[in-house]
Amino acid sequence: MDKFIFLFLAAVAILSALSVIFAKSPVYSVLSLIITFFAMAGHFVLLNAQFLAIVNIIVYAGAIMVLFLFVIMLLNLNKESEPQKPFYIKLVACIAGGLLLITLVGATRGSITVNGDALMATNNAIDIGSVEKIGQELFTNFLIPFEISSVLFLSAMIGAVMLGKKDLKHT
Amino acid sequence: MLDLAYLIPLLPLIGFAIIGLGNKKLPKFLVGLIGCGSILGSFLIVLSLLIGITSGSIPNATTISYFDWINAGSINLSMSFLIDPLSVMMMTIITGVGFLIHLYSAGYMSHDEGFARYFAYLNLFVFSMLMLVMGSNYVVMFAGWEGVGLCSYLLIGFWFKNTNYNNAAKKAFIMNRIGDLGFLLGMILIFVTFGSLNFSDVFSQAPQIMKANYEVGIAITLLLFIGATGKSAQIPLYTWLPDPMAGPTPVSALIHAATMVTAGIYMIVRSNVLYTMAPFTLDIIMVVGIVTALFAATIGLFQNDIKKVLAYSTVSQLGYMFFALGLGAYTTGMFHVTTHAFFKALLFLGAGSVIHAMSGEQDIRNMGGLRKKLPITFWTFVIGTVAIAGIPPFAGFFSKDEILAHAYERSPLLWGLGVLGALMTTFYMFRLLFLTFSGSFRGTEDQKSHLHESPISMTLPLMVLAVLSIIGGFIGVPEVLGGTNWLANYLAPVIATVGEKEVHALSHSTELTLMKISTSLVFLTIIIAYIIYVSKKIMPLPEGKESGIQKLIYNKYYIDELYDSIIVKPLRLLSDFSGKILDNTIVDGIVNGVGKSVEVGSKVLRYSQSGSISNYLFIMVIGIIIMLVINLIK
Amino acid sequence: MQDLLTNSLNGYIFLASILFTIGILGILIRKNIIIIFMSIELMLNAVNLLMTAFSVHHNNSDGQVFVLFIMAVAAAEVTIGLAILVMIYRNTGSVNIDELKKMKW
Repeated sequence: MDKFIFLFLAAVAILSALSVIFAKSPVYSVLSLIITFFAMAGHFVLLNAQFLAIVNIIVYAGAIMVLFLFVIMLLNLNKESEPQKPFYIKLVACIAGGLLLITLVGATRGSITVNGDALMATNNAIDIGSVEKIGQELFTNFLIPFEISSVLFLSAMIGAVMLGKKDLKHT
Repeated sequence: MLDLAYLIPLLPLIGFAIIGLGNKKLPKFLVGLIGCGSILGSFLIVLSLLIGITSGSIPNATTISYFDWINAGSINLSMSFLIDPLSVMMMTIITGVGFLIHLYSAGYMSHDEGFARYFAYLNLFVFSMLMLVMGSNYVVMFAGWEGVGLCSYLLIGFWFKNTNYNNAAKKAFIMNRIGDLGFLLGMILIFVTFGSLNFSDVFSQAPQIMKANYEVGIAITLLLFIGATGKSAQIPLYTWLPDPMAGPTPVSALIHAATMVTAGIYMIVRSNVLYTMAPFTLDIIMVVGIVTALFAATIGLFQNDIKKVLAYSTVSQLGYMFFALGLGAYTTGMFHVTTHAFFKALLFLGAGSVIHAMSGEQDIRNMGGLRKKLPITFWTFVIGTVAIAGIPPFAGFFSKDEILAHAYERSPLLWGLGVLGALMTTFYMFRLLFLTFSGSFRGTEDQKSHLHESPISMTLPLMVLAVLSIIGGFIGVPEVLGGTNWLANYLAPVIATVGEKEVHALSHSTELTLMKISTSLVFLTIIIAYIIYVSKKIMPLPEGKESGIQKLIYNKYYIDELYDSIIVKPLRLLSDFSGKILDNTIVDGIVNGVGKSVEVGSKVLRYSQSGSISNYLFIMVIGIIIMLVINLIK
Repeated sequence: MQDLLTNSLNGYIFLASILFTIGILGILIRKNIIIIFMSIELMLNAVNLLMTAFSVHHNNSDGQVFVLFIMAVAAAEVTIGLAILVMIYRNTGSVNIDELKKMKW
């Protein structure tokens, strides 16, 4: 049963990913990406990483994609007016992507054996994705990165505001 | 007085430094004073040394070391002087005649704007020459040898604004250098064979080592002789000497008559131990000497420039000196050096006085009848001519006769050749005398109005030298005429007695007969010359009208042109080739090519920075793939 | 659970690789800056998935915390990126990625 869910979610993810890059209109790409994120959230739930699943939806699908949509609507980029790249470039890109896939798969194929999952037998395995556990790790072992990430956000906000300002000095 | 020996070369050096540094600022009077004064000082010290050696108060061969000069591995050379009869004799000639010439130059060059420079060079020359004769090892001698070569170049090309003079100076220097190469090789061989370059070491070991390595000995002596031919203008390196009459006449007097050209002879006499052990080289020296003597005399018969006649006469007399050396008569060679210094310097200075009076004219066909206008010059010139002809009791007679006597010992044929050369010498010298001084004036009116006797600063040295030419021969009067051969006894400690031929094998009567024959032939020649040039007033032909053999000889047997085409032209081609092709094209091409290739390479590489982001992304992906693949393969 | 994981770890690796490759393809093929940004997000997500899978496999929650940070950084990056995009649009009027390719003179 689980396998079936896994395969289904995987298919959804891959199909929507493909439509992200092959869609004609940018809005369609955004919508497809949202679907992909939902599929990823489903995968996270399968892995019992509950916190991450929710955070994925809230942050990615909820905030980032909305931002994308705002920009597209603001700049009225809905029309597909860009010239296409020449065919041979697309061909070469596909070949490159294919090579990358083969390399990655070849690198990782057969590296995981059944015996490597001995850890799964413990009962604690179920809990590591829960909010309490993540919270504990975050606030004890990873405290400093956590605090610094707030500085990161601050700088991103300031940067965005500065970049977005209209130049009042120049005519 | 021996401890003042270092002052002898030092005084001229100081004079050179002072005059050279204060070139434009010192007044002419001061320059002349310093220049002549330094030489006079050296002369006085040398005189004291001479008196010391002859009276025996100074030991015969003193080596004074001043400081260690080269200390490298097995070579240990110190700057040291050797005070012995031979070196003191040369020093006397150099400083004495040199002083007189300095005095003469003060008058001759008084109008020249390079006055201070001239005196500086002259002082430097005397310094180098003194170093040459005073050195106690071959290296100090070589240093002086090079120094005189340099100074002769500086002085010959003194009026450097004229390209011909510069070429003449270059020619002299380059020919000297060729000889110097032989000298240097000889020195190296000496060092390799004997292990040291000090005279005392070499000469004491010479007999054994030379007997053992006969071929090496021949090589050493031959190489040293090549150096001597370059410096003393023997065949084949003699063509430089007539050309540099381009320099001021006192320069010709000092360098080419009295001192520098005798350096080669001095060197051979100093190394007489080596040479007596190598009879083969001595034969070669003898042949070269007599051939040069005759050859140059024939050329001198037809020259029309005063200084050129005297130059060829110098080459010829040098040939005689080498001839004497080749016969093994070292003392006779030195004797002839001394007397030749006197009368040749006198002749050159007299010619300078004539040229000065003629406002620069040097062609004897435009002179004549100067006897009445330039009396002192005329009489001193007569004395010089008589001396060189070898008429008793003037100086030239004794030295020349000694050479001829030794030649007769060897073979009568050589004696005959020597007499022939002497007769030709007489002939062209008297030709010169008659054409210049007697008859009627053949120059322009302008020159005639300027004719005047030279000032006292020029005539005083002439008179002194004339006196010396008269009495100078008396230092070597042979026993046959009742004198004791003072010079031979004086130089005896220096000349080795191994196989030496100072002792006459001739009987006194033979010698007298020879003397009488040669003297009477000389008188005959004078009469012939008188008849040709005074009584019949046969003029030498003007330019371009000679024919046949006369033309050949007048053009110096075209030897200069021969050298030019054989040696100079190929060298020029080679240097052109090196300069234009090797240097410009190849080397510069490589250097520039490196720069150009960088430029071209950067032009090509510039296109990789296209600015297009999609290109960059693509390259990034390719990079990732490559890294992963490499990781995978490892 | 056990079965699920042991069989599927390889599957998760394959899935993540495929998603990553699709993201790369998106970068190389499309010229629209927005699409390229979205492809980058896709790649980041693929990596997230892989990290989570491995953290569960090793029973170590470090991986999931790291994923959290990746998301934070991705959010900041999108902010700035879109601000730059707006600037480019204002100056050049198009969102073609090859628009600004003149290097300094």
